[in-house]
Amino acid sequence: MSYSRRDFFCRGVCLAALAVAGTRKQAGAVTRRPGDLIPPREADYWESAEGQRVLCKLCPKECRVDDLERGYCGVRENKGGKYYTHIYGAVCAAHSDPIEKKPFFHFLPGTTAFSIATVGCNMDCAFCQNWEISQIRPEQMEVYYMPPDEVAGYAVTSGDKSIAYTYTEPVIFYEFMYDCAAASRTRGIRNVMVSNGYIQEKPLRKLCGVMDGIKIDLKSYREKYYQEICAGELAPVLDALQVIRDEGVWMEIVYLMVPTLNDSEEEIDGLCTWIADKLGADVPVHFTRFHPQYRLKHLPVTPLDRLERALGIAKAKGLHYVYVGNVTGHESESTRCPACGNVVVRRVGYTILEVSLNGGKCAHCGNSIPGVWH
Amino acid sequence: MRRRRFFAHGLLILAACKSKTSSASRVGDESQVSRVISARDPAYSKIGQAPDEQVAGEMIARVLRELTGTPTLQESWRAILGNAKVVGLKPNCLSGRGVASSPAFVNALCRQLVDNYPGLEKIIIWERSDKDLRTCGFEIRTSGRIMCLGNDRGGYHQDLIVEGSIGSLVSSFVVDQCDALINLPVFKDHGIVGISVGLKNYYGAVHNPNKYHLNHGDPYVADLNRMPVIRSKNVLSLCEAFTAQYEGGPPFMPQWSWPAGLVLASTDPVALDRVCWRTIEEKRKEKGLPTLAGAGREPTYILTAADSEHRLGQADLKRIKEIVLT
Repeated sequence: MSYSRRDFFCRGVCLAALAVAGTRKQAGAVTRRPGDLIPPREADYWESAEGQRVLCKLCPKECRVDDLERGYCGVRENKGGKYYTHIYGAVCAAHSDPIEKKPFFHFLPGTTAFSIATVGCNMDCAFCQNWEISQIRPEQMEVYYMPPDEVAGYAVTSGDKSIAYTYTEPVIFYEFMYDCAAASRTRGIRNVMVSNGYIQEKPLRKLCGVMDGIKIDLKSYREKYYQEICAGELAPVLDALQVIRDEGVWMEIVYLMVPTLNDSEEEIDGLCTWIADKLGADVPVHFTRFHPQYRLKHLPVTPLDRLERALGIAKAKGLHYVYVGNVTGHESESTRCPACGNVVVRRVGYTILEVSLNGGKCAHCGNSIPGVWH
Repeated sequence: MRRRRFFAHGLLILAACKSKTSSASRVGDESQVSRVISARDPAYSKIGQAPDEQVAGEMIARVLRELTGTPTLQESWRAILGNAKVVGLKPNCLSGRGVASSPAFVNALCRQLVDNYPGLEKIIIWERSDKDLRTCGFEIRTSGRIMCLGNDRGGYHQDLIVEGSIGSLVSSFVVDQCDALINLPVFKDHGIVGISVGLKNYYGAVHNPNKYHLNHGDPYVADLNRMPVIRSKNVLSLCEAFTAQYEGGPPFMPQWSWPAGLVLASTDPVALDRVCWRTIEEKRKEKGLPTLAGAGREPTYILTAADSEHRLGQADLKRIKEIVLT
């Protein structure tokens, strides 16, 4: 369970297959080979439009989809004027991961999350490390049919404390995610989403009712970057962050620093100012190292000094919990109490070495450390 | 290469994949005049009906001879296909029947290639999926001189091809197997990108067509056709337009279709689309519908395909010579 996400997929989703094969034995999951589709389920959040068209209201793209066509995500299809999802229960990857890998640093440290995904995404980030599953269509990959009760059951039997909806973009498998979360909460399992935050307000507020933690990949603080590098928009993501804050769901932010594209001092300054102002100083922010991937193979790995510069800017703006990610062994992987400066959670990579918290308070000075600790 | 294997590999290739041979000339210079040839079947009158195979074959022969300026079909096909041995045919089967490719038309073409192109080793009729082909009445054939099958069976080439801002896996038929491609679009309105004729038909070549629909397909349709592996192999566009549709596409809507009875041909994919765009605008005006721009879906990707960055063909109607065979 020490594989990185990249390792995980570079090994041909074998680990996922193995993990789910185990699940199949226990829970009777059904394999669907490439070319097959899980029977479609009517989607939530869409409206009828002119003719037989539909207007998708799940994400801000608001795809206007003709009969026989699919939305941008590639997983929702108009069939005769009704909108369907092809990925309800269609799990393409499943694995028990350390929660730190998502990354969540203030959420049940040292526990594992049963992490699942379906294919598809509502963006197309040029640096995507999981494009082999996020940028394909459901019929192009072998999947396992795992209804929500089985997902919840597997998390329980495998000792995972939470279910993480991750690897691709959970917003596009919204209905499945919601039902899994609802089914697992009654069995004492927490639920976390790892998302780009590109979702409309109404479905997001409803989702917050069953989520215990949400990690948002904030790609940039510039619209141009979102449009040109991610095929998305910044403004709706900033709106979503505020909705999550408003709903009181635990939230952490990851900012992947791509050399020359989103790592300028001005941009990081603006980003941190906005976070401090709109979300507050207690939201953990992870500045993570980019590795050449997908359509950005020509760019170098993020220099460490750029990450540390971002760290310095964030701290100067008053953010209390700032981390450097994808740099194993970096001092900032550990959580320090902003009041006394002592380490309260010491980490190396995904390994927890020490937790100095008593009931969510610093064991050294008694200061409350925000998060979900038990 | 099986699909599962190349998802596991997933290498990035910024440049083009190698193409095999294609000696046919291409029209890409904006100063040149391109030609679009059309023939009409005056007997065709029933919307949605498949054409008569023999009539379709005769129409294909006529437009081809005119297009190449050659007296015999053997010379015509040699002029188009050069030294190609494996020829790919890309029909459009998205909407099932009605305003989709018909087996009669494709069979007529296959028969003509077999009879008149001595260099032919194999024809591959390919679409997105076996299901799409079956829905249109095609029989799946996975061996023999004439094969007919979907990308879901044939798979995609293992390397990502990036053109413009989108990266795609491209059909193995296109990249690895075919020496030349004949595009067999239909002639119809499209609710997102304006019209769906030749350029749009290559959405069926990539694993992620849903990523190409933003901004009414502009510049994504043009970018897709600029992929060297498509650009270098696409030698002819042969549009089956017995039934054409001016509104409500891509599904077949008989109330918005007309029995055009046409076969159109060009070696310039942009010119063909531009002529069809104009024709659809004329039809929409005749029916009291707004222009495609007025409907919010002007197919500007056709103009982009002709711009200095793409140079895929001629979009200036003044530089397109339309020849109507009577």
